[in-house]
Parts: sequence; structure tokens; C-alpha cells
Amino acid sequence: MAKNQIKNIKINESFGDRVFNIITAIILIAIIIIVGYPCLFVISCSFSSAKALQAGQVVLWPVDFTLDGYRFILYFKQVWIGYRNSIFYTAAGTLLHLTMCVLAAYPLSRRTYQGRGPFMKIFYFSTLFGAGLIPTFLLKTSMGMFNTVWPVILASAMSVSHIIIMRTCFSSSIPGDLFDAAKIDGASDFQCLVKIALPLAKATLSVITLYAIVGAWNEYFTSMIYLRNENLYPLQLVLRPIMTAAVAKVDTSSMPSASQSQADEGLDQVRYGLIIVATVPALLAYFVVQKYFKGGVMVGSVKG
Amino acid sequence: MAKAPALEAPKVVMQTGFQKFCATFAKNWQLHLMILLPFAYLVVFHYFPMYGLQIGLRDYSARGGIWNSEWVGLGQFSKFFSYYRWSNLIWNTLALSLYAILAGFPIPIVLALVIHVNTYKGLKKIAQNVSYIPHFISVVILVGILNTVLNPISGMLGAISQLTGSGYMSDIRGSKTAFRHLYVWSGIWQSMGWSTIIYVSALSAVSEELHEAAKLDGASRLRRVWSVDLPTILPTVAIMLIMRFGSVMSVGYQKAYLMQNSMNIEVSEIISTYVYKQGLGKNNMSYGSAVGLMNSVVNTTMVVVVNWITNRLTDNEMGLF
Repeated sequence: MAKNQIKNIKINESFGDRVFNIITAIILIAIIIIVGYPCLFVISCSFSSAKALQAGQVVLWPVDFTLDGYRFILYFKQVWIGYRNSIFYTAAGTLLHLTMCVLAAYPLSRRTYQGRGPFMKIFYFSTLFGAGLIPTFLLKTSMGMFNTVWPVILASAMSVSHIIIMRTCFSSSIPGDLFDAAKIDGASDFQCLVKIALPLAKATLSVITLYAIVGAWNEYFTSMIYLRNENLYPLQLVLRPIMTAAVAKVDTSSMPSASQSQADEGLDQVRYGLIIVATVPALLAYFVVQKYFKGGVMVGSVKG
Repeated sequence: MAKAPALEAPKVVMQTGFQKFCATFAKNWQLHLMILLPFAYLVVFHYFPMYGLQIGLRDYSARGGIWNSEWVGLGQFSKFFSYYRWSNLIWNTLALSLYAILAGFPIPIVLALVIHVNTYKGLKKIAQNVSYIPHFISVVILVGILNTVLNPISGMLGAISQLTGSGYMSDIRGSKTAFRHLYVWSGIWQSMGWSTIIYVSALSAVSEELHEAAKLDGASRLRRVWSVDLPTILPTVAIMLIMRFGSVMSVGYQKAYLMQNSMNIEVSEIISTYVYKQGLGKNNMSYGSAVGLMNSVVNTTMVVVVNWITNRLTDNEMGLF
């Protein structure tokens, strides 16, 4: 891509092309503003005083800079319980997700494997048709999973599209000769997977890890259906009533020096703070994994 | 390398097809073992519940459970079609997701092309990175942002209307007509940047020679986007479109559920949220799963039809299956 661009800057660029370039640049700037402004607005609001928020004084930068909102969140016990639970669900779910993904993708990528065709059909069909919410709910409930952590972890256990991406990576971006050579040297399939396939598929693996982390961190619906015990709630579920209600009641009993009226007045401020606090981990995961991105996502664009 | 297996004369054993199959089958035991766990998961949590779909034909009671409740045949289905709002629910579902596809599908493609052709590298990089951010926001938080930012006084809208001095706007969060637009455009805001990734990487595979040849023929940049870049990513576009149709009936119910309030319920109630409320909220398990089943059947049909049309239009080249 980069090579393309350098060529285009040559002197022989016509007037029309230059105009075209400027128009596309304007579109890009518009995108930056459209996407970036609300983000910046939320960040600024979370650092502004409740009074300034109420009066609608915040436009771009924080007004009356304060950390009150965050201080309030610091004493918000439920949020931290949710945080702890979310970290657990995300870690367990991601681990399970990756295990499933690799274990399914490797056999499906071996051309000599007889089960390849039938298994692929079975996996693929599951993306086309599912039993739906209620039969699944009844099954998991009858297995005794209601109000336990299991349905939440299992919710992120498998994604067939990730299996297909992983499989495509194993079969097309790793030369098949490598496996043949290892086989001749006496490597078993498990050794091939652990010693050859996984190290060479690091880029794709890290991208799928990111997808799994973000998916598990942001999940609320499954936990809303299955969990009744508030101590098991993930962060998203703790935040749901605060985020959706026009006027939410924030439980102030766990906070030392806040009255209910203060809490009501500062609701928006707390909301803005919570938005930041809840989103940062997912963004952090992205920045850690980002450098592997170019190689990893491309595989998905190959028809599988 | 110690041994020299090539020197040994290979024993020629005649095997029947079945014996050969069994031999390879046994040799691949490790592969079977690997796929066993994901396969078991799929069977237990995905295929087995399909057997449980039969409660859609029964009248579920807690005592009888899935297997012993009373048979009512298609009673649950006729119950749905005699519900006075049934067509309204289907229309809400279709309108919401088709609107989301029509408005939301082309935008990442156009944006990817813009990113691809623009020559200001730094600007491109900023635009890409900024536009990825909303992807990491959860639906709960997104709805929270909508609720706060669209507050006509203290939100962003309030700030803008103060700047322009046009007076406060009315509160659109509870407006019935605004619901679909809010739903669709907040979705586009959230996903347009992230969705470009797949197209941008497909575009990086465009052959340089084609561009050179087109340039020699005097094609402008715009012309080359149309005749070189776009055709190259068309297969990717087709696959993405089919996959998008695969979730027409189910897409975004989690967000729709969060965005529902008493003011917009008339347009925001879609089949999936209705199934949830009936089945798990009011304990009408049988009714809920019957409606849910109908929903998934329509959904599956939709993918097959779109895939078939794509195959037809492209001589079996671009379909997903």
C-alpha cells in the first residue's frame, strides 16, 4: 500500500487527481471529528464539575477541572466487585475460547484428515441455525448452571468464524511442507500443533485473543439472563441500570461522605466517569495487541 | 538421519478401501482427540437444544419439563399470529435491521477506499486510529453515552445548541420517530472504522500492474478506484454482505433492549426482545421458543436466499457456500 502512495505523489499528478486527494482528505477530517468529538466530550465531562455539567457548559475541554466523579466511583463498591468478576470472566472465557478455537482449527486445516469435510459442515451449519434463547436457557438451567458463573464463561467459549479464520491461517499461511517434514522426523500431531503451527500463527492468534477479550468484557446479556446473585455480576451488568435509566438511583450506603441528593446531582458526572473506567480495559487490550494487527486480520479476507 | 528408510524395500500390501480408511482413521487418533472437545461443546450446547425446540409444540409447565409437558401442536404459533401486534413486531425487526444494513453497509467500503487512495499518510493514520475507538465500547456503555450525550441541556446537543444560540432542542431520547435513526447511526458511529479493516487489507492486495496500465491509458485516480480497486474487493464485499444478512432477524437485539423505554416501545419492540420478555420475563417458555424458532427459520432462509442470489449473479463465484 505504501508503495502505491509514494508513486502517486509524483509530479505528473493531474489537477483532477489533486482535487480528488483534497476531497478525500476532507472526508477523513470529517470522520475524525464525527468519531472523535463525542469521545473527547465524554472524557472532558468526566473531569468537569457537576455544576458545569448541569448547566451544559462543557463544549470541548473540562470546565472546573475536578476528580470528584472518579473519587465517587472509587467508593462505589458494586463497581469494583463487577470489575473483579469481569476480569475473571474475561480471562476464563478467553482461555476457553482460544483452546476451543485452536483444537478445532488444527484438524480442520489438515488436508489428509478424513473428518475435515463432515466436521466443517457441522461447525458451519451451527452458524446458520440455532435453537434460540429459550431451549438453550432451559438446557443450561436443567444442568444446574442457573446463577453460577458457568453460562457466562461458556457464552464466549466458541466462535465458528474465528475457527474458520484460524483454520485458514494454519492451512494457507504456513507451508504444508513444514508439517510433512516434521511428520517424517516422527513428530506427532500434537507436537506439530504446539511446536510448528502455534508459533507461526502468533499474529492471527493475538487478533483472535483481542476479539475474545473485547467480546467477553463487553458481554451483558447472558449474565443478565442467568445471574441473580449480585456478587457474581460482571461490570456491564452492574452498570446497566445506571447507564439506561434517565434518572438512576445510585446506592450511596457504601460511600462515606455522600448523600443521596449529592449522588443525584453528580449522576451525569459519575456516568461519564464510569464510561471511561469501563472502556479503558478493552482499549488497553487493543493497544497491546495492535502491533500484530496487519498480518492477522488479512487472513480473514481470504475466502475460506 | 541415522536410519536410511529409503533403502528398505517397501512392503506392498493390498488394502481394501475400507481397511485403508480404518488405517488412516486410527493413525489420525490425535486429530480426533483434538476436535473432540469443540465438537462435544457444539453438540451439547448447540445441537442438543434444537431437540429441546419441541417445547414450542408443547405447553411448557415446570412440572412436566421439556419432555413431558402437554402437546399442543401448532397452538403456540397460532397464538402469536392472533396477537394483535404480530405484524408490527415483524415490521419493526425488518425495518430496523434492513435500515442498519442499507445505511451501514456501504459506509465502511467507501471509507476504506478513501483511506486507500488518500496520500496524506499521517492524516490517514489518525483517522484510522480514532475511528477504531468506538468499537471497544460495549452496548451498555454506548447506550449510556447516548443517554448522557443526547441530553438536550447538559449533553453535547445542549453544548451545540448553546454555541449556535438556537435554543434548546427537544429531548429526542424518548422520541418514537428518532429511535430507528438513533439505533442505526449510533451503530454506524461505533463500527464504521473497525469494519474498514477487512476492506483496507483486501485493497492492499490490488495489483500494482493494473494501476500502472490504467495510468498509462490516462485513467484518473477516481476512475481507477472505480475500475481497479472496487472490482478487486468485490468478493470480500459479497461475503460480508451475505454474512450480514445472516443476522438480519437477530442483529442488535441486545442494544435494542437497552434502548427501549415506555415512549419508544411501539417501534423498538422487535421479535428477539419480545421472545426474551415472553419466555424469560413472563415464563411463557413454549410461546417464547415457538416465536424464537420462527425467527431463526426466517433468518436461515434469508441467508440461503441471499447466497443463492449472489451465486446466480456471479456464476457461482462469490457465494459463501
